[in-house]
Amino acid sequence: MLKRLRFPIRYVPFAATVAVFIVAYAIGAISFKNFFTLRVFVNLFHDNAYLGIAAVGTGIVILSGGIDLSVGAVIAFTGMLVAKLTACGINTGLAILIALAVGILFGILQSTLIASFDLPPFLVTLGGMFLARGGSFIINEEALSILKNPVLDFIEDNLQLSLGNGVYLECIEVVYLIVLLCGIVFTQWTPLGRRIYAIGVNEQSALLMGVPVARTKIMAYGIAGFCSALAGIVFTVYLKSGNPLNCIGLEMDAIAAVVIGGILLTGGVGYLLGSLFGVLTLGLIQVLIMFQGNINSWWTRIIIGILVLLFIFMQNLITKLSDKKQ
Amino acid sequence: MDILRTTGISKSFGEVQALKDVDFSLEAGEIHALMGENGAGKSTLVKIITGVYQPTNGSIWFDGADRRLNSPQEAEQIGISTVYQEVNLLPDLSVTENICLGREPRKFGFIDWKAAKERARKALAKLEVDIDVSANLASYSIAIQQLVAIARSLDVECKLLILDEPTSSLDENETHQLFQIMRHLRDQGLAIIFITHFLDQVYEVCDRITILRDGCKVGTFRACDLPRVEMVSKMIGKSKEEIDSMGHRAPSSSEQALGPVILKAENLESRGVVGPLNFELHAGSQVGLAGLLGSGRTETANLLFGIASYDAGHLEINGKVANKLTWNPRKAVKARLALIAEDRKLTGVIPDLTVRENIILALQASKGAMNQIPRRQQDQIAEEYIRRLDIKTPSPEQLLKNLSGGNQQKVLIARWLATKPELIILDEPTRGIDIGAKAEIEALTDDLCKAGMSVVFISSELEEIVRDCQRVVVLRDRRQVGELAGTDVTMKNILKMIAG
Repeated sequence: MLKRLRFPIRYVPFAATVAVFIVAYAIGAISFKNFFTLRVFVNLFHDNAYLGIAAVGTGIVILSGGIDLSVGAVIAFTGMLVAKLTACGINTGLAILIALAVGILFGILQSTLIASFDLPPFLVTLGGMFLARGGSFIINEEALSILKNPVLDFIEDNLQLSLGNGVYLECIEVVYLIVLLCGIVFTQWTPLGRRIYAIGVNEQSALLMGVPVARTKIMAYGIAGFCSALAGIVFTVYLKSGNPLNCIGLEMDAIAAVVIGGILLTGGVGYLLGSLFGVLTLGLIQVLIMFQGNINSWWTRIIIGILVLLFIFMQNLITKLSDKKQ
Repeated sequence: MDILRTTGISKSFGEVQALKDVDFSLEAGEIHALMGENGAGKSTLVKIITGVYQPTNGSIWFDGADRRLNSPQEAEQIGISTVYQEVNLLPDLSVTENICLGREPRKFGFIDWKAAKERARKALAKLEVDIDVSANLASYSIAIQQLVAIARSLDVECKLLILDEPTSSLDENETHQLFQIMRHLRDQGLAIIFITHFLDQVYEVCDRITILRDGCKVGTFRACDLPRVEMVSKMIGKSKEEIDSMGHRAPSSSEQALGPVILKAENLESRGVVGPLNFELHAGSQVGLAGLLGSGRTETANLLFGIASYDAGHLEINGKVANKLTWNPRKAVKARLALIAEDRKLTGVIPDLTVRENIILALQASKGAMNQIPRRQQDQIAEEYIRRLDIKTPSPEQLLKNLSGGNQQKVLIARWLATKPELIILDEPTRGIDIGAKAEIEALTDDLCKAGMSVVFISSELEEIVRDCQRVVVLRDRRQVGELAGTDVTMKNILKMIAG
């Protein structure tokens, strides 16, 4: 068979994301002094690590054909939980483990409802969002700061990698990169991960092909719960406080990052690596506007909105094109 | 040597007895056709063998042991695989994954994609298919997708392969390729159950034939011992003479004066979709649209009914121009047009409404939601059409999903007849329904013509068109290539035009 050298159409959304990122980065590098530096680049990861971790979970859920609206609220809840537990004198490591367990459990509970009663994920996780948000106010009505925590201070002071010029790779961005890597390996190279794609493409067919659909769904939301909890912990470490008002609407940023990253909102199509570029692009827009200095920072949101619409439009076009080819 | 024996299988759904005491046996290394009208119990029997349903009574013996199958997965594990008419695979994933999903080769716990591709390639090579296995399944034709589905079945230890109407969306070449593969697999000792509506194909490829009727087994025959006419008469439970008379309904009104023009198409075209089209449809006559799959028959129907818009030419309904910018199905219905679309499951029947509600639907819609048809009148209309079209249903209040395919089709026709159309377009009204119901639908269209209606009849079975239509518009490659009328309407002439 003749093998034509041509770019497979399924990589187009991913390539487009990378291209947008590179273009935006180039614009910054040309327009602003001190933009094209390692510090700015590493900061991009540092400032968006929590969003990135959340986007990995969201990406997995969306690939499975679902949606998770509880992300932001779970981040706030687990952040508050860690802050509260450490304030009560519980070992920081233990507090983190408890928070992670709570996140996983929360995801599993939601997906059990979704899978066993065939409820729409949009509504179940909407309920979950209110529960978790309310829960974080029950823990404490106001922000709880974590000051003088020996474990976190030790991590902050010692667990960092010098990249020269006074730039350090810190713990939270490393955690993000590890989570992302695990997510990519999981979705591309494990049978369990491929099941997520399978149910995302077509649940009914997947069932007939012997995929345990309910269990796979529960797993996807469990992972998302874990990611949300981890994002909550990272966010708390990043700000050194928990706040019940944190991350309202963050799930939407995560969804936007995932969509811009080329993952089809209906599930089954796309790559988790795309979410990295989605997150970086969102972060980059913020940085660009910050560097520019005299544009209202809310323009970030407008640009994100335009980008999301453009990407949805492009994916629609690609779907139609590949249908036509058939 | 038998590989499968069912003994005394019965299955009832509520009060409906779908299967009665069926004994069925299958040998390793044979292709066995399962024939029957819709509602004969074919699909119920298959679903019992594949573990989708559990029998009310009776037992299944497969490959040396009595089995009780609770799910398709269990059936697959013991070596029973099914390939359905609609390919139940995952179009957005690669061919490799579609073959290997759930049993991927691993290395250190991770999927070994290289080995997986190799395995997919090997599985397809057994079927003599050589394609790029890392491409998405959706990038291949339905024929290839079906072969991929078969390759997936064979990738596990498969002893019985059930092919449920695999040829209905394949062209002739693809069908022959599939048959070659089936023979090849049979010779290797696989047992194949083949379900199809095409009689030719049964004789071309099958060794034995089991006929079911009304949930009972009529008998199992060697294909070479069973003349075709006898098979059909056994299937529909009618005598040879009856069938012959059914088959030779002469196009009586062919030379008669044509009624007034209801629809006129002049150079009608939707660029890149279908056209240009030139024809006139007259009251009281039936016009056939003939052509191969993909020749533009459905597209033409959609164009006339305003589902697709046209961008060149001229469309006139009852002397009034249908403006190309505003022509849509709503206006078409107002102009007394009716379209019975090809895929009745997708665009026609509403399975969870009753027969009465389904019949009344279009009429109610044309009156508007504020102007509800009184219940008594609804009952009257439903009763009338159930009688006129001989719809087999226990009552007008039966849910439509409980009716057989042929009867669902009739309900759909009834729905549009209730709006008293002047022009009715039937897109493949006989697809996927049994021979008896086909004959009834053909008789019905004839009656509609006699009552002064104009009928557009689309069918991929040319005999039907030759039998029923006074005029035939022939399409090829989405273009009109000719028109035949009167005594020129013969199979030979149509085929000549289609072949070009």
